[in-house]
Amino acid sequence: MMNRVLTALLTTLLICSLPFIASAQILEGASEIPAEAKSQADMFRIERDQAPIARNYLQQPPLIPHAVKGYTITKNFNKCLDCHSWARYSETGATKVSLTHFKDREGKELNSISPLRYFCTQCHVPQYNAQPFVKNTFAPVTTMQKGK
Amino acid sequence: MKKLKPLIEKLKAWRITIGTAGALGLFAAGIIFWGGFNTVLEATNKEEFCISCHEMRENVYREYKETIHYTNRTGVRATCPDCHVPKDWSHKIIRKIQASKEVWGKLTGSIDTPEKFNAKRAQLAQNEWARMKATDSRECRNCHNFEYMDFGEQGRRAMKMHAEAQSQGKTCIDCHKGIAHALPPIDQNIGHQNDNAIVLPHGEAPDKNPLDKPQSPDATPPK
Repeated sequence: MMNRVLTALLTTLLICSLPFIASAQILEGASEIPAEAKSQADMFRIERDQAPIARNYLQQPPLIPHAVKGYTITKNFNKCLDCHSWARYSETGATKVSLTHFKDREGKELNSISPLRYFCTQCHVPQYNAQPFVKNTFAPVTTMQKGK
Repeated sequence: MKKLKPLIEKLKAWRITIGTAGALGLFAAGIIFWGGFNTVLEATNKEEFCISCHEMRENVYREYKETIHYTNRTGVRATCPDCHVPKDWSHKIIRKIQASKEVWGKLTGSIDTPEKFNAKRAQLAQNEWARMKATDSRECRNCHNFEYMDFGEQGRRAMKMHAEAQSQGKTCIDCHKGIAHALPPIDQNIGHQNDNAIVLPHGEAPDKNPLDKPQSPDATPPK
């Protein structure tokens, strides 16, 4: 009697768990990334130092034309401004921070960069040599096109 | 006195042997003492020793582990003593004697919490910057040397700045502060976050160096 009950219980348990086992296998299969794709993802490198990159549209925050590895922005220190601040740019040859960054949230002009603009990399990003997955037909606005 | 005479005579006969044995004994003792001294000195010159104290392990060592001197593409690593202890003996022993003050710091717990450490970070950093400036960044130059640099292999920015720095007689630490550890609060004139904190010097000419004392207001301006 006891054996029969036990067998019945175990069988029910097995049948009930079948869908879960199957779904787990499907998930496992789906999460598998071909080794080739993985190695390609690792191949992207930050682009070497270059001259300032032309903007594609008027309001675009200029791209960072150099590596920023190890350049930290912390409470204590903003590495970007060590070259790009108005006090430093002429010595370092860096692009100086735009005057648009010298306003507080009410639009009041400040005598230095607004704390609102402290986190440079929120808008300004370095470039990797990765190519876009999908081609697009984007063209800069006419005002940005040279020779027009 | 009479009894002593034969003994003195005997000793006189043996004096060369005793002298030689004594000299050899002193020589051997010297080797053992010197060897022991140097072994202990070298033991204190290892990274394991530096980070055996939590003051170093939990603060500056952690920061250093995120930097290029810890891990990089070529697998060359500069450990604590490579930058912070001179290589040649005389400068090393002077630095070691100066560093004995750190033992006192350890005993009195002057930087034994992150809060205490960060409160003293500016002072500690400036001490090390001043030391490196005074020695023309000697420890950096164990590996890096303007003469060995191929500026052509460097990026645009590095090429420009290194050539300028070399012609102006600047030294590594003038520009490369905070490359291996976090910087103390620096006043960059952004809002009021770090008001009245130190200003980061970049090897400016002495009269422009913000670390130098400001000139008294009644000094006559140059005509």
